[in-house]
Amino acid sequence: MLSSILKKVQPSLNNSVRIVARSYSTGNKEVTVRDAINSALDEELARDEKVFVMGEEVAQYNGAYKITKGLYDKYGPDRMIDTPITEAGFAGIGVGAAMAGTRPIVEFMTWNFAMQAIDHIINSSAKTHYMSGGKVYNPIVWRGPNGPPTSVGAQHSQCFAAWYGQIPGLKVIAPFSARDHRGLLKAAIRDDNPVVCLESELLYNYKFTLTPEEQDKDYLLDIGKAHVEREGTDVTLVSFSRMVANCLEAAEALAKEGISAEVINLRSIRPLDVETIVKSLQKTNRMVTVEEGWAQSGVGAEIAALMMEHAFDHLDAPVERIAGADVPMPYAMNLENAAMVQTQNIINAAKRVCYRKK
Amino acid sequence: MISQTSRVLLNLSKNNGLKRVASNYLNRSVVSTSSKTNGIRSFSSKVNEIKEEKENFQYTNNLEVQELKHYIPCYTIMNQEGIVQSPEQDPNFSKEEVVKMYSTMVTLSVMDSVLYDVQRQGRISFYMTSFGEEAIHVGSAAALEMSDTIFAQYRETGVFMWRGFTIADIINQCCTNEHDLGKGRQMPMHFGSKKINLQTISSPLTTQLPQAVGSSYAQKLAGEKSCTIVYFGEGAASEGDFHAAMNFASALSTPTIFFCRNNKWAISTPSKEQYKGDGIAGRGPNGYGMKTIRVDGNDIWAVYNATKLARKITVEEQRPVLIEAMTYRVGHHSTSDDSSRYRTVEEINHWKEGKNPITRLRNYMDRKGWWSDAQEKELITEARQTVRDSLVVAEKQFKPSISEIFTDVYHTPTPNLIEQQQELLEHLRLYPDEYPLNQYLDSDKILKNN
Repeated sequence: MLSSILKKVQPSLNNSVRIVARSYSTGNKEVTVRDAINSALDEELARDEKVFVMGEEVAQYNGAYKITKGLYDKYGPDRMIDTPITEAGFAGIGVGAAMAGTRPIVEFMTWNFAMQAIDHIINSSAKTHYMSGGKVYNPIVWRGPNGPPTSVGAQHSQCFAAWYGQIPGLKVIAPFSARDHRGLLKAAIRDDNPVVCLESELLYNYKFTLTPEEQDKDYLLDIGKAHVEREGTDVTLVSFSRMVANCLEAAEALAKEGISAEVINLRSIRPLDVETIVKSLQKTNRMVTVEEGWAQSGVGAEIAALMMEHAFDHLDAPVERIAGADVPMPYAMNLENAAMVQTQNIINAAKRVCYRKK
Repeated sequence: MISQTSRVLLNLSKNNGLKRVASNYLNRSVVSTSSKTNGIRSFSSKVNEIKEEKENFQYTNNLEVQELKHYIPCYTIMNQEGIVQSPEQDPNFSKEEVVKMYSTMVTLSVMDSVLYDVQRQGRISFYMTSFGEEAIHVGSAAALEMSDTIFAQYRETGVFMWRGFTIADIINQCCTNEHDLGKGRQMPMHFGSKKINLQTISSPLTTQLPQAVGSSYAQKLAGEKSCTIVYFGEGAASEGDFHAAMNFASALSTPTIFFCRNNKWAISTPSKEQYKGDGIAGRGPNGYGMKTIRVDGNDIWAVYNATKLARKITVEEQRPVLIEAMTYRVGHHSTSDDSSRYRTVEEINHWKEGKNPITRLRNYMDRKGWWSDAQEKELITEARQTVRDSLVVAEKQFKPSISEIFTDVYHTPTPNLIEQQQELLEHLRLYPDEYPLNQYLDSDKILKNN
């Protein structure tokens, strides 16, 4: 299947997709995902003094990606903490601080660097509550950019959704829109469990419109609930994080060819909203999963298995997985484009599961 | 990592217009003259300030390779005969207090002997003894307050006992019955208790160190007049987490006591092969700018004084202290180890008989006329009986409830957990006779109710 993806790779329809919705009422506000995360952090820091942010460059430098802009000036060095360059160190310190009753937000400059600290996340953070007999909580948000950006090579271009999604005790969110980032991140900070927040560096500059409700300081989304971004009747495209944009783009293109695609934004990898996915499949009977990570044991593999368990009789075609090519990410741009999921791959897959000829 | 980061940022700047951010980032180690742009905080003034700071070292035209010359001395005040050589340093506990300390040490030793054998009989799966390190446990624990948080490695049972963790608590955990505070989820010796302010012990080596720094940082933020003490072995100090924790504690200035039990053996690796240089203590002052004490771990009064002083420094000055207690692991590493394969009986006896910390305190008590052979005999008999009785009772208790398998994975169970639980209960209702349900707490109630 993967070799077939490579063969079918075509340049993306539009490399700089921007989901720009016009604001119709004065209450609506257009913001970038970066602003959305920043406002969510700001509001939660203001709301609860137990919350603090820790990581490399997060305070004085305002974050490597400027996510924490202005927060150091507002909250000071006790609650915006620049750490030495030791992921294992500040991850462990986050775990201990959470055990002691605070609510740390630990930023990894990218999730790739978190591999140096993964023992603390999996063996300590995720298991503390269970192993202490339910007496100790570990309310941490582990956040940072995940998945391939561009032109940073194999060691900086990978998706960890499947890795963390496997661990009981962790919640794993993968927000897409500004609304998602605000609602999910704020819910994660208030959650009593450790939450892994997988952001996308390429999404940081995307602009979305927030309604007045979504701008509210108490706007929360349920972790574990998916969102139907676009309704359709012929095929379901299931995705998360940046790939939702590609799915929406694919749905637009498919509509022109008479295929009505439903797009599901998972929002949460664990817990996974099986109900919403199954309901959609029962309606469309065909499904394509899309993720930036690798296919083997990936999020798409899990969804395909779940559909067989829960809705086998509703499937009119095998579920197809679109995923990154099964190689470490190459650096050269042409090779990188070939290895990354492009919208055209999704369109092609949707047509295949609908048994449509080109 | 810096170079990786720089490269990432440079590359990213191509994509998202953060070029100036990346170049600022790269210029930080050099004096940055870039003016405030993009609203990004300028670092130039800060760099200048640092330059003006007085350096702590002197310049020299003498090319001299530096070598380790001065070893940190080991603080000790009571010899093996129980004589406190500098009486003004004797903490002068009352008879009752000393008897309580001594009883705790003897009881720990007796319990270790019995439970080691119990493991050999297959009645519990695993055990770790503390033979030879009893003075460290009781001496350090006595110098702490209950508001101080404990992060332990696994060989600190006496610390917990001193703080009120009972023999029954210990044995219930080893037997993983319904009274095990951890609900039967961890292997023996992995205790945790809110009552005695002990964070749950976790198996991966040395992860407790950075976590303790985080815990003490939280205490500092909250303005508490307490500290976090973290115990670890000299072998654990070889892990990267040791460096991470020491460096962070120093840089963040946290009230942490790093308590190293240097017992000369990390399973089969002798400390000689574990590190070069001046042990663990040697890394403190020069390596991390951390106040450091090396102490005789078999001298309970020296351990007490050192820990008391360390606590005072951490709480009053809000900065970390490193203690290295020199001792010897008289027992095997754990019940999964046979230390006769890598060390001699003579070596063990040199410590077990020549430097025994329990005998040392006993000699001190004898000099004061506070203890007799009859009392000793009674204490040992009583301790052995308590352990045996607790074990018999613990073995008869229910195992933790079946429903506890699925609780506490999350604060509130997620849909897939509820589904799994229901499937299990349906299965058990169908085949109740195929499983020993009567061993588990409240099985009847659970199967009926759901």
